[in-house]
Parts: sequence; structure tokens; C-alpha cells
Amino acid sequence: MKAAITLAAALCGTPAFAAWEPTKPVEIVVAAGAGGASDQMARMMQAAIQKNNLMKQPMVVSLKGGASGAEALMYMKSGEGDPNKVLIAYSLIYMLPLSAKIPFNWRELTPVSVIALDQFVLWDNSAGPKTVKEFVEAAKAASAPFKMGGTGSKREDHVLTVFLEQKTGAKFSYLPYKSGGEAATQLVGNHTEANVNNPSENLEVWRAGQVRPLCVFDKERISYTTKVTDTQSWADIPTCKEEGVDVQYLMLRAMFLPGKVTPEQQAFYVELFHKVTQTAEYKDYMEKQALKPIFLTGKDMVQFLEEDDAINKSLMTDAGFVAK
Amino acid sequence: MEALGLLLHGFAVLLTWKTLVLMMVGLVLGIFVGVLPGLGGPNGVAILLPLTFTMDPTSAIVMLSCIYWGALFGGAITSILFNIPGEAWSVATTFDGYPMAQQGRAAEALTAAFTSSFIGSLVAVLLITFLAPMISSFALKFGPPEFFAVYLLTFCSFVGLGREAKHKTVISMSLGLLLAGIGMDTVSGNLRMTFGSSELLRGINFLVAVIGLFGISEILLTMEERLALRGHAASISLRVVLGVWKDLPQYWGTLLRSSIIGCWLGITPGGAIAASFMGYNLAKRFAKDPESFGRGRIEGVFAPETAAHASGTSALLPMLALGIPGSGTAAILLGGLMVWGLNPGPLLFVEHKDFVWGLIASMYLGNVVGLVLVLTTVPIFASILRVPFAAVAPMIVVSCAIGAYAIQNAMFDIWLMLGFGVVGYVFKKIGIPLAPFTLALVLGNRAEDAFRLSMIGSGGTLKVFWSNGLVGSITTLAILLLFWPAIDALLGRAGLWRKSVTLG
Repeated sequence: MKAAITLAAALCGTPAFAAWEPTKPVEIVVAAGAGGASDQMARMMQAAIQKNNLMKQPMVVSLKGGASGAEALMYMKSGEGDPNKVLIAYSLIYMLPLSAKIPFNWRELTPVSVIALDQFVLWDNSAGPKTVKEFVEAAKAASAPFKMGGTGSKREDHVLTVFLEQKTGAKFSYLPYKSGGEAATQLVGNHTEANVNNPSENLEVWRAGQVRPLCVFDKERISYTTKVTDTQSWADIPTCKEEGVDVQYLMLRAMFLPGKVTPEQQAFYVELFHKVTQTAEYKDYMEKQALKPIFLTGKDMVQFLEEDDAINKSLMTDAGFVAK
Repeated sequence: MEALGLLLHGFAVLLTWKTLVLMMVGLVLGIFVGVLPGLGGPNGVAILLPLTFTMDPTSAIVMLSCIYWGALFGGAITSILFNIPGEAWSVATTFDGYPMAQQGRAAEALTAAFTSSFIGSLVAVLLITFLAPMISSFALKFGPPEFFAVYLLTFCSFVGLGREAKHKTVISMSLGLLLAGIGMDTVSGNLRMTFGSSELLRGINFLVAVIGLFGISEILLTMEERLALRGHAASISLRVVLGVWKDLPQYWGTLLRSSIIGCWLGITPGGAIAASFMGYNLAKRFAKDPESFGRGRIEGVFAPETAAHASGTSALLPMLALGIPGSGTAAILLGGLMVWGLNPGPLLFVEHKDFVWGLIASMYLGNVVGLVLVLTTVPIFASILRVPFAAVAPMIVVSCAIGAYAIQNAMFDIWLMLGFGVVGYVFKKIGIPLAPFTLALVLGNRAEDAFRLSMIGSGGTLKVFWSNGLVGSITTLAILLLFWPAIDALLGRAGLWRKSVTLG
């Protein structure tokens, strides 16, 4: 055990900061329900940290998905000064305060690192239209409501649906489900016509040939070229822009500590998550779930957050989702 | 017969000393977790999940699923002995199980509960074994209208078939629906009835309410009436067990009906709780003397336990085959699968045969071993009744408080639990049934979401609830059940009338 501490200290770039380390089990706070993308990621990190002995104290996953994740935000806010809680955040940190008037501002938390960017893909049932063009035509021609499934209301999926409507002129009926997994099975069961799930949420049903990816909402294609199905890899999915629908959206996956923690404590976690991104478990996970690698900390991270916040705010305002 | 070969292969994977030991460890931990009110299966599995990270997936799932079986068995113990349901689906078990314990038939009730749990699980495992591919495609047929129809059926069967005065059932259910609306509304993305409080954001947790309504209120009542646990020392012997088993065949109708309800509702997500209530109500409906239910009738234990366990077990099927967890525990096992590098979904059955069939084989073995284990330990649990109330009551209150706190690590929930304790006490005093309240609290949100999604999807027409055979027949059945007393009376009159005609 002593050797592990010395090793950890040696690995740490700034010896002055190596002094602090958690003395209690560390809680990794998930702002979503069990089995969702955040939960999966938290469990991956928990396993990566435990298997590679990156931390002396155990890490426990704490699900705070109540109120569409607002529970987790308020929990982090109230944990001021507690260095044993770390939040795995996504775009809800910008959107929830706007749509539901939750008294929360991410600037009150301590940023640790941005660890990944998540993609959004337009999917339809494998029995449905084969290209974006056919899909848009089908949506325009439909007499009954053309149903688009997604997670939650006035959130990423809903915003993307509104922008798809604006860019294509088609009308969708947006059905807010509790989770991406539910949106996936409802699409397979033909209860909706399409969804804009993250790759991880639709991966298994895609591999089983039950859904078809139409396009990815990014300016470039996904980089992973290993075949996922018999014929296609993530890189084979065209971008929506290529297909004539210029809608782009990427979602951050970032770690935050509560407010008012010391720089030593912050430094410990920056180092910890940096080490996590070096593990085989993390790399494997990124490729499997088609996440975009990124690692930002310090000033870079804050600048990224500010810009991302501005983008999300303008999207939410344009979509009319900001509560008065 | 391919299934049989695969199952044998599963047993071959399973039958090593290491797996068998893990199985026993899992079961004992599970029973322990199930006995503590509020801790229950999902929390137990969540706490013990990290232990399994370094195991191979098959050993890990065997141990975790055995914790699950153990907790399912254990949940019945507190329901019967203390009127405190350890799990949401144990609520219906208290209706007759607790009166039985009060009459000094605790051992009999416990034996009945364990045996029917075993039968329910067994039916569900058989179903999983032979119908896996077919069932997963059936679950896909469920869209918002179908879900709503199932919830409606549960609510209606409660009003139509309940023993209590109809208006009291409706009052209780409406209050439950009202409280279910607190928190974030998924469909509009807005907060409702939180009054600016961040504690109310997450809504009212069902288990916190149940612990208060049933557990704390029971303590209050007992304190008021006399300072003794109402129930006699229970001594379980082979004779009692064999006695209960000997009578089993005469309840085959109840057991079969509850198994079918359980399997059906387990496969459609979120059904375990509805299953136990529906199993109970239907048993009552089909009984010759429905009045005797709620007063310590053994069928009142058989019916909900069989249904709950059939559904708890079959809930694992959609989790494995589709990645939709049918219960809270299934959701945590789902998280476990991902950590072990397995992706639930249609391909799991093709790509990881060892794992899937090892798990199915462990369901058979785990249930047999579990039954023997709980039956042999019943005397220990039943002996709790012999301890003086003054000593047990504080322990129960503390254990309830720990349970309520542990669900979401929130101090607020302990106050909420105490509040519900008072509500439960008042309800019992003025004769308002608690069950419809709890049912509405747990299903209210889902029913509302399903209804509104159906409306968005159909463009606002109610015809969507008769748009295909499946949803149409469930909705019609629900409405029939709602007006059952009137229909029953009508049929009765028609029957009498016919009789008098033939006589004349």
C-alpha cells in the first residue's frame, strides 16, 4: 500500500499538490437514472479506478436522477467545500436552469476536466426510409403525427428535433421518454418513427439490425472505423450536413467538484481523471460508445464551458424553451 | 429442444465449487438485506456490486442474482411479522400475512410466502427458458397506449374489486395521484408543486412513503392499543411446512392465475408492483367468500407472493433481451452487465451463451437452495416475535429510519417518513384503505406520462386506446372491472330471473 502511495506521488506532476488525497470513499454523482449513458460512464470509471489502483479510497456511484437530473445539481450545490463528491455532468448544467428555473449555475461548482464529447445521431427503424432525403419526404407526407422519440422535455433531444423542423420544414410530434434506452426500444417496436439518441443508447439495437443510423449531428464523421455491424462502422455514417441538413450538436461529458474546495483537492482530481483517460478501460469505452476524445482542464476548460454555455443558451432561446 | 441442451450447458458452467459458494453467500446476504425494511433488493445489489468487478461475469451475475433472490424471499418476512413491507411488491402480502401472524400463524404464513415465491419464480424461469425469443418480441409491442391500458387495468381492478367502500378507495387513490405529481414533469419539463423547495424536486419516494404508512403507523397503533406485539410465539416445524404443502394442490387455481399475471406484467416493465396487487385482487374476486380476505387467509399470501416473484424473475428477461430493466434491481444488474463488458440486447443471447444460460441455470438452482435456506432459518426470524415490544419497537423505528435515509441519502426523507406514519395512523383510524394510496403513488406518474404520450402520438383522440387488438382488449377489460359490482349485480339478477323462468 505504501508503495502505491509513493508511486501515486511520483506520478503526480506537481509534488506540492500531492499532499491531499481523499480520506473517505468518493461519491461519483450521476445526474441520470440507472443504466443511462452517465451511469454507464460512472461505472466504467469506478471499475477503471479500482482495477488500476488509481485511488486508495473506494469510489461509489450515487444515482441522483430525480427531477431529470436537477436533484444531482442541487446536491452538488449544497455540498460546498466537500471534496468527496464529484459530478459527472452533461449539457443539463446549462439547460435545466433555463427550462425549469432551477436555481443553479455551473460557475458555482469547481471544474475538474472535460473528459469526452458525445455525439447525436438521427436514427429510424430499419424498416423505415433509407436516407435523410427519403426520411424528410416521409415526414412531410405523413398525415398522422410523425413521431420523434427522445429523452426528457426541453433538453438536447427536443432542441435537436426543433432544429430539424426548422431546417427541413417537416413537422414532428416529439414524445419525451424517461430515458434513451426507452426511446430506443420504442423505436424498435415502431411506436415512434425516429429518435436522435446518442450512439451508446442505440448501439445494441443497431447491431441487431433493428434501427438504421441516417446521419450524425457533427461537422465531421465519427473517427472509429472498426466494423460495428456486419457492413458498417461508426465512420460510415454520413454527417447531416453532407446529407443537406446543416444541424450540429455535441454534448460535453465533464467532471465537477462542489464549490469552495481547495486547489490541492482540485489538483488531485485533475490528475486522477487524467490517469483514468490513460487506462485501457477508458479507451475501450470511448471506442465502443463512439465518444469523441477530449481532455480539457483549468483555463481551457472554463473557456470551453463559457462558449458551450453561450451556444446552448442561444439554441434554447431560439427553440422557445427558456422559462419566463 | 435446443433450449434444453443450452440449459444443460448452463448447469455445466455453474456446477463448480466456487460458483456454489458464491451462490450461498449471495443468498444469505440477500435474505439479510431483504429483512431490513427499506434496504431491499435494489440497495443491497447496489452496495455489493463493486465486490464483483474483479470476478468473471458469470460468477458475478450468479452472486448478484442470488442476492436478488434472497432479498425477494427476505422481503416477505418483515411484511408478515411487522406489517412493514421490505419491498414495494410486498405491500399486498401484508394484507393477509400480518393478520395471520397476529393470530399466531406466523410460521404458516411465512412458509406459504416462501413456497409461493418459489413456485412463482419457477414458472417464470420455465417461461424464460422456453419462450425467450418470443417474449422479447411481445414486449416490443408495448407503446404508450398499451402501457397506459395496463396501468388503467390495475387502478380499475382496485376500485371494482376492492373490499372497501368505493368512495374511500377513490379518495385514497386520488390523494396518491396528487402526491405522485410532485417534482419534475417529464412531458413538459417543468416542475410541479415543489414550492421552491429543493427537497421536493425529486418527488416523493414511494419506499419512504410505504415505510411510514405501514411501518411507523403500525408502531403508533400498537403503542396506543397495548404495549405488546400482536402475535404469538411462532414455532415452525416440519409439521407446519408439510401441512402447508399438503394443502397446496387445492390452491392450484390461485397459484396458476398469479403466475400468469406475474409473468405477463413482469415482462412489461414496471409491472412487479401491479402484479402483486392484481394477483391479490383477482384471488379475492374468484373466491367463494371474498369477505374472509384481509383477515388472515392463506390464499391472500399465496396470491401476491406468487405474482410478485413470477414478475420479479421474468423482469430479468426484458433486461437481458432488450436492455429495458423491468424493476429497480434489474436496472442495477444492467449497470453491472456493462461493467463486466457485456451489452444487454438481442445479441447477448447469441454472443454470450455461457453467461445467459449460466444465469438461467442459476435461477433454478438459486431458488431451490434459497427455499431450503429460508425455511430452515424461519425459526430464527419468527423468534423475533417473542422479544418484548418495548425492545423491538425502537429497533424497528431505527431500522425504518435507516432504510428511509439510505434510499436517497436524504435527511428530509426521515421527516417525510414520520409524516407518512401519522397519515397512515389517521387513515387506519377513519377506515381509508392505504393500498390504493400507495399504488397511485407508485404508478401515478407512469400512468400520466403514458396517457399524455399516447395523446401526443395520436393527435389527441381517445380512439388510440382501441387502435389494435392488444390495447383494445386491455382497455375494455379495465372498464369492465371498474363497473364490475354493477355488472355482477346485473348478471346476478339475470341469472335469478332465468332461474325463476325455468322454475315457472
